[in-house]
Amino acid sequence: MENINSIRKNYRSFSTAAWLGWKIESNWTDPFLFAIYSIVKPLSSAGILVIMYSIIAQSDFTSPIFAYLYLGNAFYQYVGAVMSGLAWAIIDDREHYRTLKYIYVSPISVPYYLLGRGVARFITTTFAVVVTIAFGVIFLKIPLDFGEANWGLFILTLLIGIVMLATLGMMLAGIAMNIARHSDMIGDAVAGALFLFSGAIFPLSILPASIRWLGYVVPVSYWLELMRRSMIGSVAEAFPTFSSLTNTHLLLILVGLTLVFGIASAVIFGKLDHRARERGLIDQATNY
Amino acid sequence: MKDEFSVYTEKLGRVYKIRDAKKGDAKQLTALEDVNLVIKPGELFGLLGPNGAGKTTLIKILTTLLSPTNGLAVVAGHDVSKEPEQVRTCINMVSGGESSGYGLLTVRENLWMFAQFYGISTKEANDRIKKLLEIVGLSDRANMRSADLSTGLRQKMNIVRGFLTDPEILFLDEPTLGLDVGASRDVRNFVRSWMDDNPTRTLLLTTHYMAEAEELCDRVAIINKGRVLACDTPEHLKKDFQKEAIFSIDVECDHLVDLERFTAIAGLNKVLAVPVNGTTSVEVFLEAEDVLAGVITELTEQNARIASLQKRQPTLEDVFVQLVGKRMEEVEKVENDDASASN
Repeated sequence: MENINSIRKNYRSFSTAAWLGWKIESNWTDPFLFAIYSIVKPLSSAGILVIMYSIIAQSDFTSPIFAYLYLGNAFYQYVGAVMSGLAWAIIDDREHYRTLKYIYVSPISVPYYLLGRGVARFITTTFAVVVTIAFGVIFLKIPLDFGEANWGLFILTLLIGIVMLATLGMMLAGIAMNIARHSDMIGDAVAGALFLFSGAIFPLSILPASIRWLGYVVPVSYWLELMRRSMIGSVAEAFPTFSSLTNTHLLLILVGLTLVFGIASAVIFGKLDHRARERGLIDQATNY
Repeated sequence: MKDEFSVYTEKLGRVYKIRDAKKGDAKQLTALEDVNLVIKPGELFGLLGPNGAGKTTLIKILTTLLSPTNGLAVVAGHDVSKEPEQVRTCINMVSGGESSGYGLLTVRENLWMFAQFYGISTKEANDRIKKLLEIVGLSDRANMRSADLSTGLRQKMNIVRGFLTDPEILFLDEPTLGLDVGASRDVRNFVRSWMDDNPTRTLLLTTHYMAEAEELCDRVAIINKGRVLACDTPEHLKKDFQKEAIFSIDVECDHLVDLERFTAIAGLNKVLAVPVNGTTSVEVFLEAEDVLAGVITELTEQNARIASLQKRQPTLEDVFVQLVGKRMEEVEKVENDDASASN
């Protein structure tokens, strides 16, 4: 009976937070402007990368490295959105809406609430990823054949990736709760650092050996590689760094690291949550 | 034993460490010290004290938002430190003087969402929302985005959020702070009727408005500098001070009344002076009425013309003055000045 109550509590925390997240994500402007924004934002971000690449590589869009960085950049949108989205929910609720204390006082599961808040970010980002990839296929000749894509691997990798990013997000949410100032920058700072160390737009082998190891312990690196392989498997074989590993190897490493980070995230969030209560930070509003 | 009470605290304390304290400044601040409280089911209990007295800190501990530094706090039979999840199923809270809520959501959506967190079905939630919005006069704004509400109306929505879940124990932290006179009266009336509707409900209210505590509360704890100084029914607290004769004297004079000279009058326990609209209101607390003659003589000697003289019944303000030695606004002014100086 206790288990059923716990499941019910977790479900209502998650589903209500997902509803709230969607309302916040989609209601800030009228639907037409929201649709325009949803298309223009990811294309602008990809456009910067494409222009930089075209200058450096003399517009050689047929090189496998272009597909590597374009798809890496497209899928990396999930990293910033889902991971920093959870941390942002803490900051938004505490500092902007001043509701975090009421959420904490209510009989919900805070981790499930935060995960629920991330759902809307996932949905809007999925749209952005689709727009970015479609643009790449249509206008930049990214060698993506939907008939040959490994959809099973894609869906499996995407699901594991969402769980993995959510665990990283939970850690950031715990940190955000304990920081008075600059907490809004945590998500962006970590997402920015991971962009560099996860092989999103260039292979890890390019990094200096002294910092390359960071890329190998971050699950995002393996996740991005699998996402790319599931879409353009034959082309992806030419990508360096993980070329010696099969998809199964990569999946096992990704699952293993997700488990490790998942356990670490649960422990760290629990401790940081406890620390925030001890220091009276749940309802602080810094107006910073 | 402690499980029988809605709220039970024993030697409860909370100390805040002050980070970045300058050399020579205090390294910690004691917000609560040795607080022992027992609140029974069905009580409307008031915590009365100036700003910075520790009222909000106590509420935060009892609602599991803040860990105590020492001592025990039990709410609805559960230790707030060891069983916070069980505590949360029995409580709700509302803080006054703030504009919380999701501005993008309508009033109804805000309330519905919190009802979901408490596992209330949509139908039940909608029924309760309709009823409560009617009571506080917000029915016509139910479908308005809460960002478009005035601060006062948003606070009313917040109050509805607290009552919506029909908690076993409700914590109201300065619920009428920032509300106009009419809205404050509506809230007080609603609080009283909510308690009268169900004798098992318990409500802990903090306020720094004496009249509010006197009007609403079954029992009141007077708190200052983190310590509970007295705890009883308003009638009993005041009765203790009926041993004194209290006179309020409005005087007109072209200089400040020298209160030091009153200390020589035998039988005068305390004297306070507050400037009011060009006159000075002098309040004297006397062991017996016949001491008044000495007071009048002293005022005459100071060339102060008596405009009016009135004997009055003690109020909770008098109880506070007796316990703390100052009026509540004086205590708040000192606290504010100290805070400004430290900034």
